[in-house]
Amino acid sequence: MALLQISEPGMSTAPHQHRLAVGIDLGTTNSLVATVRNGVAQCLQDEEGKVLLPSAVHYLADGQIVVGRKAHSAQAVDPRNTIVSVKRFMGRGLRDVSHVETMPYDFVDAEGMVRLRTVQGVKSPVQVSAEILKDLRLRAERSLGGELTGAVITVPAYFDDAQRQATKDAARLAGLNVLRLLNEPTAAAIAYGLEHASEGIYAVYDLGGGTFDISILRLSRGVFEVVATNGDASLGGDDFDHRLFCWMLDNAGISLPSDRDARRLLMKAREVKERLSLDESVSIRMTLERGDEVDLTIDRSVFVDITRPLVAKTLKPVRKALRDAGLDAGDVKGVVMVGGATRMPHVQQAVGEFFGQIPLTNLDPDTVVAIGAAIQANVLAGNRAAEDEWLLLDVIPLSLGIETMGGLVEKIIPRNATIPTARAQDFTTFKDGQTAMAFHVVQGERELVSACRSLARFELRGIPPLVAGAARIRVTFQVDADGLLSVSAREQTTGVEARVEVKPSYGLADHEIADMLKSGFENARDDMELRGLREQQVEAARVIEATMKALDADGGLLNAHERTALDAAIGALQSAADGQDARAIKIQLEAFNRASNEFASRRMDKSIREALAGQRIDDLRI
Amino acid sequence: MLDLKQDYFALFGLPTGFSIDMDRLEQAYLDIQGKVHPDRFAHLPDTDKRLSMQWATHANEAFRTLKSPLARGQYLLELKGIDPAFETNTAMSPEFLMEQMEWREALGEAREAADEEVLEDLARRIRHANRALIEQLELELDQKGDLHAAADTVRRLKFLEKLQHEINDALTALES
Repeated sequence: MALLQISEPGMSTAPHQHRLAVGIDLGTTNSLVATVRNGVAQCLQDEEGKVLLPSAVHYLADGQIVVGRKAHSAQAVDPRNTIVSVKRFMGRGLRDVSHVETMPYDFVDAEGMVRLRTVQGVKSPVQVSAEILKDLRLRAERSLGGELTGAVITVPAYFDDAQRQATKDAARLAGLNVLRLLNEPTAAAIAYGLEHASEGIYAVYDLGGGTFDISILRLSRGVFEVVATNGDASLGGDDFDHRLFCWMLDNAGISLPSDRDARRLLMKAREVKERLSLDESVSIRMTLERGDEVDLTIDRSVFVDITRPLVAKTLKPVRKALRDAGLDAGDVKGVVMVGGATRMPHVQQAVGEFFGQIPLTNLDPDTVVAIGAAIQANVLAGNRAAEDEWLLLDVIPLSLGIETMGGLVEKIIPRNATIPTARAQDFTTFKDGQTAMAFHVVQGERELVSACRSLARFELRGIPPLVAGAARIRVTFQVDADGLLSVSAREQTTGVEARVEVKPSYGLADHEIADMLKSGFENARDDMELRGLREQQVEAARVIEATMKALDADGGLLNAHERTALDAAIGALQSAADGQDARAIKIQLEAFNRASNEFASRRMDKSIREALAGQRIDDLRI
Repeated sequence: MLDLKQDYFALFGLPTGFSIDMDRLEQAYLDIQGKVHPDRFAHLPDTDKRLSMQWATHANEAFRTLKSPLARGQYLLELKGIDPAFETNTAMSPEFLMEQMEWREALGEAREAADEEVLEDLARRIRHANRALIEQLELELDQKGDLHAAADTVRRLKFLEKLQHEINDALTALES
């Protein structure tokens, strides 16, 4: 058929085309990008051959933005304009951030999310994160030689709606199509192939540079569920460096090193810590600025002694998470180790003793989350082989509710509900003739609104004036597969439909993102327009390819008349895509979505019937 | 054509009734999620994504409803046109109400005294009563077809569920 041949060079519509998809671990200290190539998941390197990108962004006075290692070292000289650990600010207000007073930033307390004033103006954490993601996107595109279909981005299991939405906004700003937000512990479990393993409870122990997280997962029938999470937001590998640094000062008899020496000593401490994971003993030789000589030897046993309290500190949240899950250490079938700090043998030993088993350490703990995300991205991009189909059913980590009278919370969706999910609850007016009603959407487990996180406020207007209690206002919460919420409310007794849609975005409205996208391309307007056009063309090609494939498989679901109509719609979309007008393509895409709705519904119907038929055949076999 | 208003039993290909084969329910649920889950549609056009989200949401809601005896009983009554509005029809037997009051009192005292043991014991007694009511509900719905008695039992289960939540909250409060 002629239609098949109308495609741009390089935009093959071959059915088995491999789509470029990546997994991104957007970490507090370091970030990574990984992909599945020739069936193997691997991290992508930067031009210097390194896979870890320090999560640091340096805004320079001349308008340059530097990301990564160079930015990380700029902390010492330009701390105010060098943002590190920005993940701690994502979706957070100023009062939610701990230890603000010790941070070198010029914070701006903004509605919803804190902002940082830099030499390049006020930046939101979303923008800072977007710079890191952009760097990783460019690395991936360079290394894979093409535009990305999409990315899976990992988030901590305990991230609430605000933090997840902020992460997704950052990805959008970085020009990434988010296939899914994935919980970090789940990603680690996927990297270990646990979805093929036997059913049971697994623990993911994640000791990163500056944070510690413990997650308890339940695996049953190929389904992952996060049953409990806990952690310590200010405990990580950096604390081990600091203990060693103090030991070095004590033993070398140095009391007040210069700033430069302190930095060198701290870097040395990190290096020694890493070497002590391999060697029993390490010697330290350094000459300081004032001529002081450091000449020390440290045995692993000494290092173990001075950091023992830190290791013990990680086990407290572990106990708490197990208690929340109603489990004992002995119920845990496997322990996955994540984060560079878990390389330390005494950490592994302590965790092993606690759980009464040897933890899983055969994958690189720095890359395991990114690897898992890449495997999931490959599945979501549609590259998987039909035989290794598995399903990941995720749950929401925190309950969602509405404020009711007296500052109490009415829970609409309880925590651990499998997503996607939707629940509705009816409310009524409490005054005669009331025509408007205010709603306050919150997230959290506590009964009092003040102890929960506020997500959004909205008002439903146009309620017909009735006696108190007569109006019926149905509030519907919908949580999508990324764990993101949208809320709608509707008055339904009189048939008058007042409707409002809320998509909480925490101080970043859609138009703000559009503005940021625009300003990002300010110096290259043509570039932006070209990119917009290119995106629409890729989308059109994708839609046509998917529809062609669907028609090949299920064309029989349409009668001749319907088939002709759909073919015409494909033709119209293809002609628009061949042109240079992004808006025209967008309009055709929307029209096509309407035209193909019936066909898509019938295919879904057929596939559900097949699933059930398959089940009945299995029954017969028994 | 299947539609989103179809009843949950039909969706999973199960006979309509209170007594249910849990393994079959779970298998049918996973088979359907395997076909409709958004992860299967992440790379497809928006039309497919939207349909997938609707169906996966529907399947999750259906599974949640049929899995829980209380929700299942309530749903069956709804299908048969019985109004399960608990607030508007609370004519309970005096014995049940007495028992309720007694339990509530015990909960209040244990909470005040921060007595974990008493709370645990209360939780056990309520679990026991819960189990007995579920057996009764099965009899009323599947054998006798006495829908009004069943509605009454569902209301009692609802009371117990609320009490169970409160005991759990009290226990959690003690731990922290």
